[in-house]
Amino acid sequence: MKRDMLIYSAILIIALLLYFAVPKPIAFSPTVSYIVIVLIAVALIYIFIRTIQGKYVGRRIVFLFVGIAVVLPFFMTVTQPIRLSPEVKMVYDAIMKLKPGSKVLASFDYDPPSAPELQPMAETFFRLCIERDLKVIIMGLWPQGPQQAEMALRKTMTFPEAASKNYKYGVDYVNLGFQTGNEFVIQRMGSDFKSMFPNDYYGTPYDSLPLVRNVKNFSNIDYSFNLSAGYPGTVEWVQVAVDRYGLQMGTGNTAVQATSMYPYLRAGQLIGLLGGLNGAAEFEKACNKLGKGTKFMVSQSFSHVIVIAFIIIGNAAFFLGEKKKREKE
Amino acid sequence: MRREIPLIITAVVGIFFVLQYFIPHPPFNQLNGWFSDWFSIIGACAIWLGALNLIRISADKIYRRREDWGYAIIIIISFLLITIIGFWEGNAFRDSGTGFDWLYRFIYTPLSATMFALLAFFVASASYRAFRARNLEATLLLLAAFFVMLGRVPVGDALAGIFHVPESILPSSIATWIMNFINTAGQRAILIGIALGIVSTSLRIILGIERSYLGGE
Amino acid sequence: MQIFGLWVAAFFTLGIISFLYKDNPWYKVCESIFVGISAGYWFVTLFWDNIYSLFYLGVAERGNYSLYVGAVLGLMMLLRLIPQIGWISRWPLAFVVGATAGLYIINYFASNIMVQVENTLTPLFADAFNQPTFSASVYNSIGNIVVAVGTFTGLVYFFFSKEHKGFMGGMAKIGIWTIMITFGASFGYTVMSRMSLLIGRMDFIFGDWLQLIK
Repeated sequence: MKRDMLIYSAILIIALLLYFAVPKPIAFSPTVSYIVIVLIAVALIYIFIRTIQGKYVGRRIVFLFVGIAVVLPFFMTVTQPIRLSPEVKMVYDAIMKLKPGSKVLASFDYDPPSAPELQPMAETFFRLCIERDLKVIIMGLWPQGPQQAEMALRKTMTFPEAASKNYKYGVDYVNLGFQTGNEFVIQRMGSDFKSMFPNDYYGTPYDSLPLVRNVKNFSNIDYSFNLSAGYPGTVEWVQVAVDRYGLQMGTGNTAVQATSMYPYLRAGQLIGLLGGLNGAAEFEKACNKLGKGTKFMVSQSFSHVIVIAFIIIGNAAFFLGEKKKREKE
Repeated sequence: MRREIPLIITAVVGIFFVLQYFIPHPPFNQLNGWFSDWFSIIGACAIWLGALNLIRISADKIYRRREDWGYAIIIIISFLLITIIGFWEGNAFRDSGTGFDWLYRFIYTPLSATMFALLAFFVASASYRAFRARNLEATLLLLAAFFVMLGRVPVGDALAGIFHVPESILPSSIATWIMNFINTAGQRAILIGIALGIVSTSLRIILGIERSYLGGE
Repeated sequence: MQIFGLWVAAFFTLGIISFLYKDNPWYKVCESIFVGISAGYWFVTLFWDNIYSLFYLGVAERGNYSLYVGAVLGLMMLLRLIPQIGWISRWPLAFVVGATAGLYIINYFASNIMVQVENTLTPLFADAFNQPTFSASVYNSIGNIVVAVGTFTGLVYFFFSKEHKGFMGGMAKIGIWTIMITFGASFGYTVMSRMSLLIGRMDFIFGDWLQLIK
């Protein structure tokens, strides 16, 4: 307990120092950035040598490297070219094909833990919709979804090009809120949106909202974009709205879930897929609207390299160990 | 009464939902609407049940002074705090600037997001200690992971660029190919396999062969 | 309130991260608050979005009296809290299970079996049936073969009613290779996902809170 209190105090002091004493913001020059990279590489080589000597490093050292790989790139001035994958371009093309005034249904089926991956997609999606004068109908099969949508909209409106458009609630976009029932909600929407969302997120009756007053069901929707982190999510939308009611749909998924979406993509059930933070960065590039997806890609790259390095180190040690064992035998 | 009626309800409702797909006309579409509404209300009550049960278990822990009962008090206090604020603020409880919104942004969001973010550390540690190319299958798994991890971030192509690797075999191209073809094939086999399992289990439930969801007694 | 909120959020973020060092009281406090707050969050949200908006307003303003049946079933579900009459909750449970089973039969059969099989049984060397042979690019043709063979052999691997020997064994072997590569890709994406979440939290700590990031 005494030791715990000491550690807590140390954390508090470091936090206070970083908050009040360190000049803000911190930015490494390219030279410093490369020196940092070389130092990390040297440290990894040292771990490699120790591991092949049979001395595995503790898990806290691995944790430390992961932390460094994620945090240090925030301060580096390194740029990386991002290549567009076909599935991301499909989402962009589908939205660009829509005429101004088209109605887009956006279902936000995720919660804060998945926000780092999906929130940048949501922000870029809103920026593109506002730029293209598309009408957006927001809803969620997760209770936190519509709240995440509100946060993304608030962020979007801080961009001058979006703020200047005078995008009005009720006329240009609405937030229908959340409803329980998972795929049953989607199925019910197939015949009547209003029955599932008699009031919007703010308690306004459905018929009082000019944008959705004449929206009866999916046949009045031109395109749908789903942001999903699990169940209920893209799979349920495909099964009910796409396959049964013929909705045109693109999706943004957490990377964990994205791999299982490829069969639907190939079968044409999905028109485009943004997978994880990389998908968000590619989408930002396609739309030419740089945001957090692009900003985080350097940290993402570094963290992947660290994991790959640890896999290589672990395997090298394993094979050298096996070889030694065989030699002894 | 305790088992027969639930079995009848399951069969009738299950058969109804199969039929309504084929006959999306009156009275099936009307009934479909009713059933979906009921499902939604029951779903909400089921989640309420979970929340209330949590409070009951926590209260019991405090009452009996079980190990770590102090943390049970924290659970109850935080539950009551957000619940009282949420009810007090009325229907507009989520509006920007409300207490509920503050709790969501500054307590719920960091706690839930960080809880899941911790997994990053453990996945890296596991990769170091357990991810071994012991045989052909494990090597294939490892190689696929390697190309996807490298190909899905810009650094992969940047590193390959140093060695003037042709575009068609850049890590990003290989990752795209793996994802669009081999991954699609594997995922599709899994998808069809799971779907067959779900369809057969659903049939067993509707026909009353599978009854485990009713519990004991 | 905003700055205070950031400090509170930072306190909780660091509290959860402290678990990396070891299980400790700070983490446990954060964990308990998380449990209580999320239960309360669902409780409140479901009340306003469902019980109030769908049920209460549905009956009071729209005259949809069929909702009473849903409410009764919902109450029956809550009776599980009283052990003596908890068995009544089996009725709404049976309703939910039956509805889900009925819907799943159709949904999974149509979307995950029919469409997927149909999309696998496509020409290997052309992009569509009405296209001439070898009209597809080499890239797509190889891809088509991989998808067809991979899906079929993957399914053979999952078919346990016959021993995986001889021709069947060979097919199952290709199937397991396909599935292993799939799992490898999934692992790669899982790493990507987990790292993204951590990046999000670190961005909060060093950006939103400490404001050290440009």
